[in-house]
Amino acid sequence: MDRRELAIKVLSPLLFTVGLFVVWEIVCRALDVPLTILPAPSDVFGALWQYRKPIWDNSFVTLWTTLAGFLIATVFGLALGIGVGWHRALYAGIYPVLIGFNSIPKVAVVPVLILWFGIGEIPAVLTAFLISFFPIVVNVATGLATTEPELEDVLRALGASKLDIMRKVGIPRSLPYFFGSLKVAITLAFVGAVVSETVGANKGIGKLMLDAQAAFQVPIVFAGLIVLAVLGILLYAATAAIEARFTGWAFRGQANR
Amino acid sequence: MAYGRGAAAVRAIDEVTLEIARGEFVAVVGPSGCGKSSLMRLISGLHPVASGVLTVEGKPVRGPLKSVGMAFQNSNLLPWRTALDNVLLPLEIVEPYRRGFSKQKYSQKAKSLLESVGLAGFTEKHPWELSGGMQQRTSICRALIHEPEILLLDEPFGALDAFTREELWCALRDLQAARKVTVMLVTHDLREAVFLADTVYVMSSRPGRIVRRCEVNLPRPRDLDVTYAPAFQDVVHELRSLIRG
Repeated sequence: MDRRELAIKVLSPLLFTVGLFVVWEIVCRALDVPLTILPAPSDVFGALWQYRKPIWDNSFVTLWTTLAGFLIATVFGLALGIGVGWHRALYAGIYPVLIGFNSIPKVAVVPVLILWFGIGEIPAVLTAFLISFFPIVVNVATGLATTEPELEDVLRALGASKLDIMRKVGIPRSLPYFFGSLKVAITLAFVGAVVSETVGANKGIGKLMLDAQAAFQVPIVFAGLIVLAVLGILLYAATAAIEARFTGWAFRGQANR
Repeated sequence: MAYGRGAAAVRAIDEVTLEIARGEFVAVVGPSGCGKSSLMRLISGLHPVASGVLTVEGKPVRGPLKSVGMAFQNSNLLPWRTALDNVLLPLEIVEPYRRGFSKQKYSQKAKSLLESVGLAGFTEKHPWELSGGMQQRTSICRALIHEPEILLLDEPFGALDAFTREELWCALRDLQAARKVTVMLVTHDLREAVFLADTVYVMSSRPGRIVRRCEVNLPRPRDLDVTYAPAFQDVVHELRSLIRG
């Protein structure tokens, strides 16, 4: 990375973030906003440091439930996406059900999950899974459906079976779609886990924020939000890095832009 | 052969009779949309025959043939594979190479094929790092790697500039001379057809019919200079007069 690129990729987001906090701080002080309405960043980071132990413990729970749900969604979404992309009858049959299912707000499903599995981590994992598998299915199926017939012809002319075509053309061709959907799915999984925690759980950032809110500990609520934002950025960056590693061919020439 | 169904179906080709001998270089020329490519899809087995007889080596064609290699107007290289891996692709599909396929085993074969068309040093490049002519060379190598007896080329040089095209004519001429492979070339470039082929078939517009079979009796090996010779020009001129529009 040369200096110019370093400035664009590291310095500019850093400056922007710091600037945001500075503005926030100034507004809070200038207008003398009460702590219970909007705590200034200094109060938020103070709370973050003061309660670092419970925040760390609860973040860990949220992180692993998110990742567990996301992992199940990845495996399930990839399999279902390939299945749907494989056969048009399967596509026609499953698609309406999928859309209907995706339209259900997952908050409404959490009580049912708690009813079945009790208060704990399982409803959070399942909510993360349910909310995040849909974009994976749709993207993988789209990637397969939009494979250029000319590329398939190359293999068909050699007498390749449908499985061969899937392995050599269909799946590699839809990998950029798959990894693209992972970036959407990871943030959704995160939302799912936290939503589930705020409805009913005994651990997790969502639960912590709910308790803090009940006790009017607004700085802790905002500390929770900051933690969520940071975790979200980290998870997104991790999936983006995996994407770049596996589908570099689809991003050709971007380095020159 | 027809596209679509029922009354809306378009009859692409009709009453086409031609015979290609082993080792012969045949070119099919005709105006745009005359069914040249459809004919090729029939012979390759990509499209089933509606009526009539199509045999390769005495056996009727019922599906894609392993003894055929195909290259298209677009190189259709897989963008996630390097030139070398693209050339190796047929070996991962076609028997007997498929059994016990390993990259080490065949990469030398693919590399020497790529070298023979002047692509040494580009084997590890991805398609977008290659020029149009290089992509097309790679595509022709891919069509040849599994040593097919018939090479089907569907306007393989159509998207290239004039100089690159003539360069690739020579590359194809040398490959065919070295391997004695039967070639069927579909093109709308009459000079290309006459320069490369032993026999040129002229097709008419929809539904496609063969209107003339024309043997090119220019001595081989042919040099690019031959394209300026009067005998060459006469053949091209005659073919041109058969194609209206």
